[in-house]
Amino acid sequence: MQPGALSKALKSGAIWGFIVLELIFFSVAGSYMSLSDTAFMDWENMLLLLKQSAPIGIIAMGMTIVMVNGNIDLSVGATYAIAAIVLLDSMTWPIFAGLGDWVIPVAWLLALTVGTALGALNGLIVWKTGVDAFIVTLGSMLGYRGIVFMFNGENPTSHLNWTLVDLAEAEFLGLATASWFLLAVTGVVWFLMTRTVHGRNAYAIGDNRDAAVNAGIRVGPHMMINFAIIGFLAALSAVVFYSESGSVNPNDGQLYELWVITAVVLGGTKITGGAGSVIGTFGGVIAIQLLRKGLGHIGADTSTVNLVIGLILIAVLFLDRQLNVKGKEELKV
Amino acid sequence: MTDAKPILRLDGIVKTFPGVRALDGVSFSVMPGEVHALMGENGAGKSTLMKVLGGIHQPDEGAIYMGDDRVVMAGPLEAKAKGIVFIHQELSLAEELSVAENIYLGELPRKSFGRVDWTTLTDKTNAILKKLNVGFDANTLVGDLSIANQQMVEIARALTVDAKAVIFDEPTASLTDAEKSVLFDVISDLQADGVGIIYISHRMEEIFKITDRITVLRDGQYQGTVNTRETNEESVTQLMIGRKLDLTRNASHHEIGDVALEVRNLSCGKLYKDISFEVRRGEVVGFYGLVGAGRTEIAETLFGLRDPSAGQIFLDGQEVRISSPADAITRGISLVPEDRKGQGLVLGMNCRDNMTLPQVDDLKAGPFVAEGAEIAIFDQYRDQLDIRTPSWRQQVGNLSGGNQQKIVIGKWLSMHPSLLIVDEPTRGIDVGSKSEIHKLLRALAAKGYAVMVISSEMPEVLHVSDRIVAMYSGRIMRTFTSDEVTEDNLIQAISGIKADQAA
Ligand SMILES: Nc1ncnc2c1ncn2[C@@H]1O[C@H](COP(=O)(O)OP(=O)(O)OP(=O)(O)O)[C@@H](O)[C@H]1O
Ligand SMILES: [Mg+2]
Repeated sequence: MQPGALSKALKSGAIWGFIVLELIFFSVAGSYMSLSDTAFMDWENMLLLLKQSAPIGIIAMGMTIVMVNGNIDLSVGATYAIAAIVLLDSMTWPIFAGLGDWVIPVAWLLALTVGTALGALNGLIVWKTGVDAFIVTLGSMLGYRGIVFMFNGENPTSHLNWTLVDLAEAEFLGLATASWFLLAVTGVVWFLMTRTVHGRNAYAIGDNRDAAVNAGIRVGPHMMINFAIIGFLAALSAVVFYSESGSVNPNDGQLYELWVITAVVLGGTKITGGAGSVIGTFGGVIAIQLLRKGLGHIGADTSTVNLVIGLILIAVLFLDRQLNVKGKEELKV
Repeated sequence: MTDAKPILRLDGIVKTFPGVRALDGVSFSVMPGEVHALMGENGAGKSTLMKVLGGIHQPDEGAIYMGDDRVVMAGPLEAKAKGIVFIHQELSLAEELSVAENIYLGELPRKSFGRVDWTTLTDKTNAILKKLNVGFDANTLVGDLSIANQQMVEIARALTVDAKAVIFDEPTASLTDAEKSVLFDVISDLQADGVGIIYISHRMEEIFKITDRITVLRDGQYQGTVNTRETNEESVTQLMIGRKLDLTRNASHHEIGDVALEVRNLSCGKLYKDISFEVRRGEVVGFYGLVGAGRTEIAETLFGLRDPSAGQIFLDGQEVRISSPADAITRGISLVPEDRKGQGLVLGMNCRDNMTLPQVDDLKAGPFVAEGAEIAIFDQYRDQLDIRTPSWRQQVGNLSGGNQQKIVIGKWLSMHPSLLIVDEPTRGIDVGSKSEIHKLLRALAAKGYAVMVISSEMPEVLHVSDRIVAMYSGRIMRTFTSDEVTEDNLIQAISGIKADQAA
């Protein structure tokens, strides 16, 4: 075996091993401690889990692109909330009154456009000012959230369109609409990152930006496209979720950026860029959702869930480091 | 060739950076099928001129002509499209990507929907790699390759397009002799196809072996162009540094003192075995061998970066275990590493802070860093090593390659170590500064320091060392005193031929 092949194999498989561990643990622990009498690994339960993974999962796919590219986007939670408001509010606008149910695609399109535009704006600022993406999106996270509160104060924005709810609650081949969206987005982003020139260039830029510039890749516009993509996906996530729920609170989507980044990092994407996989991120999303659900299943509250996930994240990053130090002949750090 | 038209001509190029006039009206031309050397001291502007040609920098004044047409190189891609290939001085590769993706970076072959055409990519790459006769294939990750092989990947880029001109900016700095000869073959093939080659190097032997003409820059100014056949090393050097070079070795008239470092039967896995030697105060010991002979690894062990698997280390007669670089530094050991970018410098920091980095703790005035003392240290070594920078505020990443190396050396000298280990101290350094650094190493020894010099350049080890340790594949083959060493017996020793076998 090539040197490092073992650690690579371990790393790419690690997230799936972790998921299996979780399943076993919660099944066993659940049979003693659970409040309900359904088994944890119940098929229905697993399908529900996939559906519940969708909002974070769809955004995490976008975050994988952006992080592989060497950037980060902290504003996704706020973008998510804005898109949700646009979706629900636009359906009540008088100018669309005559459209009947045709208002649905119009509202979807509006929400997605707004999300894409907000993402592109982040990208444009990063490109033109050269300021670190962390800082730029920290600012837009606050700014975009401010817009959410300006819209309706502390009050929720609600609108239920029953055709839409039916659509969102529909199932096809046993999978919920939201699950299909998650799988489709995963597939498309996987294709983008592994098969297309744009995707491969994203890896190159994240890995060695100077090399990419020297090779004539237009780094600025490239990064802007990726920010537009994550903005689009944050909006898509909102569209999928709020079509069903019909009511958005101004605080919705808060901390989503952290969940999303945690999932992406658990899935093996390098924080400094240049490496990461979409399939790994998918695993990371499932692992987190399993953990939240599983801890709930055995009766833990939200604060315990957060604590456990935080500890696991640190443990994973530590293990990753250890695996990278191959044997004793390697340089010490 | 004399009446042929140049394929490429730069005319009156001016380029300024804040505080530096890097190029001051430089003209330069390349004929089809010629190898044209560009020479000059560190910071003379060679890389900058080539970056102007390669579309990375835009000139403030001046023009570029290809044939009879004036052209503007708006960006690297445009320069490439016009047939100009640039092999960079600093490795410019993405380590997590495959060899093929790196070679075709920026212009991956496409299919419909923006997909990468992997088959074409792999086939084209393997064809090029075969020509280069390297031991890896298109799908290898660049991060898994040695530095020398990574350099070969850079060189492979020259063969991807229908090149009109290829720029090699110090391509041989980290190549072994075998790889060098492959490179020279590639160059003569390109030459035969009528491609113009621009070749930047500080190594005189190479320049006189493969080039047709030499253009010299000094401080951003054009000094002249000469035919290689009609000149010699001495006059080129004089053109470069504006004075005659004093190459006499100041033989050690000083006393050799006590043993400062003794290593007994040191081993580290497969990297090196059974290494024993001593270094005395006032002595320069050279370590000579091929790349990969285990010299750097010994240095890393002495600096606390690697644990040995067996053997003992004595400092001033006391057995020690060096557990970390911090430990090594407190014991008075300094290491000037081989890979300056990866190990020696914080590129985003300014010159002064880089130089005083290991000793900021000792330079405190109360809780604050003593700026005045830091600047004094910087000034001293800037003068001593002739570091070219407009001020200490300049980011190290903006210095020329050779000046970066000098900052690293200055950094460790300023620690006043009792044992100084330097690994390839003059890689990428011009002849003038090279002899300054050699003198400095001798002077340090004369002051009573123990010095270890690792070098792959024979003239260098012969020039600076009192004794030479010859290594081959992790073992010491023989130790020479400066009286008994000759080029021949040194070459034999490092090729693995034992003295008694050869005799
Ligand atoms: N981006 C930059 N910003 C500021 N100054 C720069 C920049 N690039 C180069 N310089 C300065 O321009 C001068 C010429 O540098 P250049 O890299 O062309 O030298 P060089 O001849 O290639 O030297 P070496 O042999 O050391 O590689 C140096 O003084 C350098 O500090
Ligand atoms: Mg240079």
